[in-house]
Amino acid sequence: MNLFQILNDIEKVDPEVYDKLDNRRSVMKQFAKISGKLALAAVPIAFGGMFKKAYGQGTTAVVDTLQFALTLEYLEAAFYVKAVSTAGLIPAGAPTAAITTIRDHETAHVNFLKTAITSLGATPVTSPTFDFSGGNGSNNGPFKTVFSDYGLFLAVAQTFEDTGVRAYKGQAGNLISNNDVLTAALNIHSVEARHAAHIRSMRKAAGAAVKPWITLNDTGGIGTAVAASYAGEELTTQATINIVNINGMSISANAASEAFDEDLSKAAVLAIVDPFIA
Amino acid sequence: MNKFQIPPVEGAGGGLSPKGMQRRQFLTKLAGAASVAAVVSGCSKDDNDNSGINLGSGDPGILNYAYALEQLEAAFYTQVILTPYTGITADEKALLTDIRDHEIAHREFFKNALGSKAIVSLEVNFSAIDFTSRASVLATAKAFEDLGVSAYNGAGKLITDGTYLLLAGKIVSVEARHAAYIRDLISNGSFADSTVIDANGLDKAQTPKQVLSVASKFLKSKLNANNLPTS
Repeated sequence: MNLFQILNDIEKVDPEVYDKLDNRRSVMKQFAKISGKLALAAVPIAFGGMFKKAYGQGTTAVVDTLQFALTLEYLEAAFYVKAVSTAGLIPAGAPTAAITTIRDHETAHVNFLKTAITSLGATPVTSPTFDFSGGNGSNNGPFKTVFSDYGLFLAVAQTFEDTGVRAYKGQAGNLISNNDVLTAALNIHSVEARHAAHIRSMRKAAGAAVKPWITLNDTGGIGTAVAASYAGEELTTQATINIVNINGMSISANAASEAFDEDLSKAAVLAIVDPFIA
Repeated sequence: MNKFQIPPVEGAGGGLSPKGMQRRQFLTKLAGAASVAAVVSGCSKDDNDNSGINLGSGDPGILNYAYALEQLEAAFYTQVILTPYTGITADEKALLTDIRDHEIAHREFFKNALGSKAIVSLEVNFSAIDFTSRASVLATAKAFEDLGVSAYNGAGKLITDGTYLLLAGKIVSVEARHAAYIRDLISNGSFADSTVIDANGLDKAQTPKQVLSVASKFLKSKLNANNLPTS
C-alpha cells in the first residue's frame, strides 16, 4: 500500500481532503502514530477508519460488532489463561500444547480487536469479570468444577468454541460494508472453527461420542446445560434447498446438518454467555 | 484464441530431431510445436486470455468459483473412499466418508443454487496423487482444505448479497473443521499451527487468482476467472 500515492490521488479529486483530515503533516503523523502501535493486519482498518471519519460515513454498526466480538474473545482468552495456569488440570504433552496454542490465539484476537476498535476512533470495552462456573458471579453454577474436572473443562471449551463460530457467522452481514473488517472477522471465524474441531477430537480421545463437526443439534454428550449453543444446528435445508439426498446423492440428515454450520444472533449469544459473566 | 483442445505441452519439444524423419513430417511437427508454444505463451498473460470455462461475474461468479472448488474436493474424497489408502483405520474411513458427503452436499447445493448459471462438471487431474499412500492422500487433503478456507475467507468481501455471504460463512467453518481434523491426522496438534495462523491469530484469506493457480494443477478443465469481482 502506497500511502503517499493514495493521499496524492485523493488530493487531485478533493483538494480539501487535508482540511477534512486536519492537514497533510498531521495526517501522516496521526497515521504513523497509529500504525506504530498497530498490528500490521489492522493498518488497512485504521486507514479506512480515518477516511470514514473524514467523510462522515458512520462506523457505529461495525464498531458495535467488534465490541461484541471483543467481549467474546475476553471470555475465551480468560478461560484458557486460567486453565493453562491451573496446575494439574490439563495433562502434560499434547493436551497442554494444544490448549496453550488456543490460549495464545484468543489473546491475540483480544489485542487485534482492541487495536482495530481504537483505530476506528472508538474505545474498546473493558473486560467483564467472569464466572466460569456459569453462576452469574456466585461461582457456584453448573460448571463449578470446570478447573478441576478435565472432562468438564473440555466440554465447556467445546461449547465456547462452537458458540464463537456461530457468533462470528451471525455478524458477517453487519460487516458487509467494510471489506477489511469483514475479512479480518472471517479470518478469526475459521480459526475458532479449527479450535472447535480440535477440542472435539480431544474429547473424543477421552471417550466422548463426538466428531470434529456438529451433527444435528447434538451436544456431544454434554447435555441440556449447553443445548442453546446447538439449537438450530439441525438445519438440513439451505436457502430453500433440501440437502438430504440432494440431486439423488446419498446424503443423510446427519451429513446434511454437519455440512453447514449455523449462525446465532447477537441476542442468542449474549443469553448463552450471560451466566458466565459476574 | 485456439478453440480446439490444447495439446499437452509435455513432450512437445521431444522428437523434434529431423534425424530419420521425413522433411514434411518434421515441418508438420515443428508447426504443431510452434502453435503449442504460442498457446502456452498466450496463457501466461492471463488477463488477456478469455479461454476456458467462464465462471461469470458478480455474486453468481463467486458462487461458481466456490462450486468449482467443491467439485474438486468432492471428486477427491469420492476417490479416497473408493480406493482407501493402505492401512486406513475404521475411524479414519468413517470420518473421511463424512467429509466426502459434506463436500458432495456443498457441490450439489451450489449447483442447485446457481441453476442455469452453473458451470459444467469439471474434469479433474489427480495424476500427482498416490491414492494408495496415506501420506499422499492426507497431504493433498490438507492442501485442499487449507486452500478452501483461504478461498472462502478471501471471497467474503467479494460477495454483495448478505444471504450468500452467510452461506459462505456456514460452509467455511466446516472446511476449517475438516482442515483441523486432517492436520491432526498428519501431526496431532497442527490443527492451527503457524503455517496457517499469523501472529494476530488470523487465518489466511486468498484471492480467486491465488487460489485457482493452485487448484488448476488438479483440474484438466481450464477455468476463466477474468470476470470475477476483485473488490
